[in-house]
Amino acid sequence: MEFKFTEEHEMMRKMVSAFAENEITPHIEAMETGVFPKTVLQKMGELGLMGIPISEEYGGAGMDFMSYIIAINEISKVSPTLGVILSVHTSVGTNPIVYFGTEEQKRKYVPKLAAGKNLGAFCLTEQSSGSDAASLKSKAVAVKEGGEYRINGSKVFITNGGEADVFIVFASTDPQKGSKGISAFVVEKGTPGLIIGKDERKMGLHGSSTVQVTFEDMKVPTANLLGKEGEGFKIAMANLDAGRIGIAAQALGIAEGAMKHAVQYAKGREQFGKPIAEQQGIGFKLAEMATSIEASRLLVYRAAYLRSQGLNCGKEAAMAKLFASRTAVEVAIEAVQVFGGYGYTTEYPVERYFRDAKVTEIYEGTSEIQRMVISKNL
Amino acid sequence: MQFKLTEEHEMIRKMVRDFAQNEVAPTAAERDEEERFDREIFDKMAELGLTGIPWPEEYGGIGSDYLAYCIAIEELSRVCASTGVTLSAHTSLAGWPIYKFGTEEQKQKYLRPMAQGEKIGAYGLTEPSSGSDAGGMRTTAKLVGDEYVISGSKIFITNGGIADTYVVFALTDPESKQKGTSAFIIEKDFPGFSVGKKRRSLESVHHRLRKSSLMSAVFLRKISLEKKEKALKSR
Ligand SMILES: Cc1cc2nc3c(=O)[nH]c(=O)nc-3n(C[C@H](O)[C@H](O)[C@H](O)COP(=O)(O)OP(=O)(O)OC[C@H]3O[C@@H](n4cnc5c(N)ncnc54)[C@H](O)[C@@H]3O)c2cc1C
Ligand SMILES: Cc1cc2nc3c(=O)[nH]c(=O)nc-3n(C[C@H](O)[C@H](O)[C@H](O)COP(=O)(O)OP(=O)(O)OC[C@H]3O[C@@H](n4cnc5c(N)ncnc54)[C@H](O)[C@@H]3O)c2cc1C
Repeated sequence: MEFKFTEEHEMMRKMVSAFAENEITPHIEAMETGVFPKTVLQKMGELGLMGIPISEEYGGAGMDFMSYIIAINEISKVSPTLGVILSVHTSVGTNPIVYFGTEEQKRKYVPKLAAGKNLGAFCLTEQSSGSDAASLKSKAVAVKEGGEYRINGSKVFITNGGEADVFIVFASTDPQKGSKGISAFVVEKGTPGLIIGKDERKMGLHGSSTVQVTFEDMKVPTANLLGKEGEGFKIAMANLDAGRIGIAAQALGIAEGAMKHAVQYAKGREQFGKPIAEQQGIGFKLAEMATSIEASRLLVYRAAYLRSQGLNCGKEAAMAKLFASRTAVEVAIEAVQVFGGYGYTTEYPVERYFRDAKVTEIYEGTSEIQRMVISKNL
Repeated sequence: MQFKLTEEHEMIRKMVRDFAQNEVAPTAAERDEEERFDREIFDKMAELGLTGIPWPEEYGGIGSDYLAYCIAIEELSRVCASTGVTLSAHTSLAGWPIYKFGTEEQKQKYLRPMAQGEKIGAYGLTEPSSGSDAGGMRTTAKLVGDEYVISGSKIFITNGGIADTYVVFALTDPESKQKGTSAFIIEKDFPGFSVGKKRRSLESVHHRLRKSSLMSAVFLRKISLEKKEKALKSR
């Protein structure tokens, strides 16, 4: 057994870490006020970060899944917002086309997505179906008419929605068949009938776009059906494990980012004549935080390793997400505590990690859903 | 042992709950969003006697007790924690030291208008470099003629900026640390007293610590000291 990254992976980590420090940090304040980080994404595209696991044939960097996870991890240490933008773009915005698209669809959409010239979004959740995506009481219905589908319905919480060029949309082509009647479509920005709602005001991830998307007699050519009719649910679930490992890596990054600030502060802040890091109450707190982070790291990278090897990782991915997201929330709360009153102000970054952390227990399968997956696999 | 509220306490709970539901809850989200203090709500609390629950009527209060005060804070905080903390800093942080340690004259002059809600109170203990370690404070008070000249700065002062009356701690005898700490009542119009802005921009820790040594001078009039010197000792 070896606990070591390859040289290539280490290089990737160094590169992304430096990029995050130098190129992302200056944009954090603006993102906090709700500004979408367009220029950063452009630079990420230039570096190949928007298509890490996509093969070179389709304009990607042609690296492995592990490299992608490392990138999400490093970026999220500095900006969980960019972590989720990248994760949604790659794992659910681009990959479904790579895995299920026709050659023509791949040629048309993937290179621009992989180069970061286009941004991807994934439209599954509806108001009445979140955790229970299979139920898709799919108010979103697609009716075939000649050479196109006419789609009506609406989706909520769509990450990147306000800025995306390509939307993977799930709608029912056969409502009688339940989840087996769901189909997936590739929809381009600007399609008549594709209506983008205003940004949700969220607790955290302020620089990311989360919108309601409505389809009003939206016409999509049959050529844009992804896979076959009725394969939509399979497509939605196919990349779930990878998506969960991505969010777990984001959560790990959040915990590590908050931890870094907490340790720095605890060593510099003196009360009762010595640094609070040397007061046992804080020293032990930091020890617990560091230990939980280390445990998360092992779970996240083990799941990523299994996935990279093409091995089964449903349970491991769920465990990694469950544990890393809980750790992110706990570590961020404790980091605020270490900062005392200052942690409660917007002057220091820990309150941002605190607000950003919570959603990792919610999206891409809530913690309850992860527990369901794990318990079914025991 | 009985775990039951008296009829009076139940009445106070009902009264505050109704008030909270009708007058505080409707604007709670909006005030939070705008980071806005609403003096009108405070004035309405005053009309109901909520601004001086535990203080005797002779000092403008309603002559009830701490349990009633806690019930009020609990009920307000159910709908709006900001309103809860405003009243709590006003009553127990600022009002209590004056009630407990103030001279009769100080109580009439400061506690009465606070209890009646005409004036708002605040409490200044924490400093940039002394939070948990409140005994490590640096603010000093020097007797010059018949006045104390107080220099230093306090941070995280709840109600700061909206308050009229501040209970502030300073070292009259820096050598003796805690035992040399005295408490003062400060009016917002005392020359040399100033209130900083509500929010600070991003700064590094070290910058912040350095800044605290460039404390702005705060000059204050004399306040009777004998009684006050006891304040921190007996805490
Ligand atoms: C910031 C953000 C970004 C998002 N981005 C996207 C996106 O890009 N695309 C997309 O399609 N969706 C997206 N989502 C939606 C997200 O995946 C859903 O919010 C999530 O799946 C939960 O669904 P829900 O909100 O409807 O909650 P519900 O499913 O209503 O769940 C409510 C609570 O009940 C619990 N629960 C539900 N069923 C069970 C059960 N059987 N047993 C025990 N507990 C249960 C849940 O765990 C949760 O705690 C995003 C959400 C957020 C907040
Ligand atoms: C919203 C808000 C309102 C406030 N209102 C007021 C007010 O009205 N008046 C006022 O005077 N102050 C007020 N405060 C200040 C508050 O009381 C202090 O923030 C608090 O006492 C902590 O001090 P600090 O922030 O300097 O943190 P520090 O004292 O620096 O503590 C940082 C961390 O170290 C820990 N720590 C410190 N010493 C030890 C030790 N020996 N052993 C173990 N752990 C230790 C602390 O528990 C904390 O987790 C307010 C603060 C806030 C956030």
